[in-house]
Amino acid sequence: MDYIRSSSNDAGVVLIELNRPEKRNALNNATLKQLADLLSEIEQDPALRVVVLTGNVQCFAAGADLNELAQMDAVSLQQDPRPLLWKRIDEFSKPLIMAVNGYALGAGFELALHADIVLCGENAQFALPEIGLGMLPGAGGTQRLARLVGTQLCMRWAMTGQMISARVALQHGIVSQVCPSDLTVQYAQDLANSIAKQAPLAIRAIKQSLKSIHEVTLSQGLKMERQHFVWLAATQDRNEGIQAFLEKRKPQFRGV
Amino acid sequence: MDDQTIRVDVRNAVGYLTFNRPKQLNSFNEIMHQAVAQTLKAWSKDPAIRAVVISGEGRGFCAGQDLNDRVVDPNSASPDLGLSIEKYYNPMIKMITEMPKPVICAVNGVAAGAGANIALACDIVIAAKSASFIQAFCRLGLVPDSGGTWILPRLVGRAQAMGLAMLGDKIPAERAVQLGMIWQVVEDDQLSTEAEKLAEHLAKQPTYGLSLIKKAIHAAADNSLDEQLILERDLQRLAGRSSDYREGVQAFMQKRTPEYTGC
Repeated sequence: MDYIRSSSNDAGVVLIELNRPEKRNALNNATLKQLADLLSEIEQDPALRVVVLTGNVQCFAAGADLNELAQMDAVSLQQDPRPLLWKRIDEFSKPLIMAVNGYALGAGFELALHADIVLCGENAQFALPEIGLGMLPGAGGTQRLARLVGTQLCMRWAMTGQMISARVALQHGIVSQVCPSDLTVQYAQDLANSIAKQAPLAIRAIKQSLKSIHEVTLSQGLKMERQHFVWLAATQDRNEGIQAFLEKRKPQFRGV
Repeated sequence: MDDQTIRVDVRNAVGYLTFNRPKQLNSFNEIMHQAVAQTLKAWSKDPAIRAVVISGEGRGFCAGQDLNDRVVDPNSASPDLGLSIEKYYNPMIKMITEMPKPVICAVNGVAAGAGANIALACDIVIAAKSASFIQAFCRLGLVPDSGGTWILPRLVGRAQAMGLAMLGDKIPAERAVQLGMIWQVVEDDQLSTEAEKLAEHLAKQPTYGLSLIKKAIHAAADNSLDEQLILERDLQRLAGRSSDYREGVQAFMQKRTPEYTGC
């Protein structure tokens, strides 16, 4: 059963659509596994540069699959493959842009929090409703959201399960752009196309550098940034970039 | 069915919603709120309805909240007036302003308190010559609700809005047109035919395009010019994908009258 659909364009942008509309794209293990596997394939293919992940116009993903979750006790949750699947998504090294329309709830919101850049439609609603089920978010919801918006708002949202509108999400940096819902995917793809034209190695360095900010101190982070900076000097794309700028032409990056 | 708080009629793709508590000047009680909410919600989603007309039965349009529901005993605790606003009035105003099709208000008589502001929340307001608008709230120590403090300064400017809201004078329909509060005044006996003519015209127009216009104009109240220019680009992109746009262009090229479907 295919829970996701994907296609790619000439620029190396892959569009992945969660495709389980009858379950409002609930993220069961099979969906997460297909997603993680697909990202691993994309990782291996140098022609593929950027990923756009979306649901449908009404719903991004309405949470985990409760039928799956209900059957699990503490022991089986201990052996749950999900944390490893989330980890594989988190470790994807190419830009991951999410285009969120409609509901992004629970695991759906947590999936969006794995994105490097999030665009959402005006109809987007984010929430961590796990508390209403006597649980807490289990895929980084409290951690990633608190690091984005601070503990005040995150406490409030996680303890109430309250809906976060597109406008509020923009205000607090959960998303970087709100679009008319019917244009969200197009605008995410436009953004992906422009990022796909950049030097892939530099893009990868930027992603690594930014993703480490909550893992390391500022001084360590600055050192790592500098190491990336120095290392990129050994790439042909850096020479091409500077040369093209001086010659007033568009650079042709090749990822070398 | 004489006890129905509203009358509802659908013909020629127009939904007519008439407040129907004429003895109480069509003031709102809970049952009427629920009936209005249910109707507007259904029409909002129904593609067969391409314009809405709101009007009142009898000599008044709407006197706002029925104060019989709110008698304040001087010895009891203060009422929480925010409750009915949160539950009924605010969602109603949002339903009117977010309805993806034109909403016409035919103001047949006095529109007071929330009744005035419900009328002003509609897209095109036409009034009978004998109709009037009263921001009655200040007379009871209250604040114009149902969007009154938001819409008035945007319609008439701050100086006039302050005067209207703090003095609570009765503003005749013709004065309301002069102030820019409403679109048009017609003779009393012409109101329903004029409203119907306008609604039937709009119901044949490109409804989706009209809904985007409505969205843009509402957004303009909060946006900077830069933001609004971006929004116009986005909405035009959407409008350009509509079948009514295709039909409009084709009809123009073929020198015939377009037949719009609303999508």
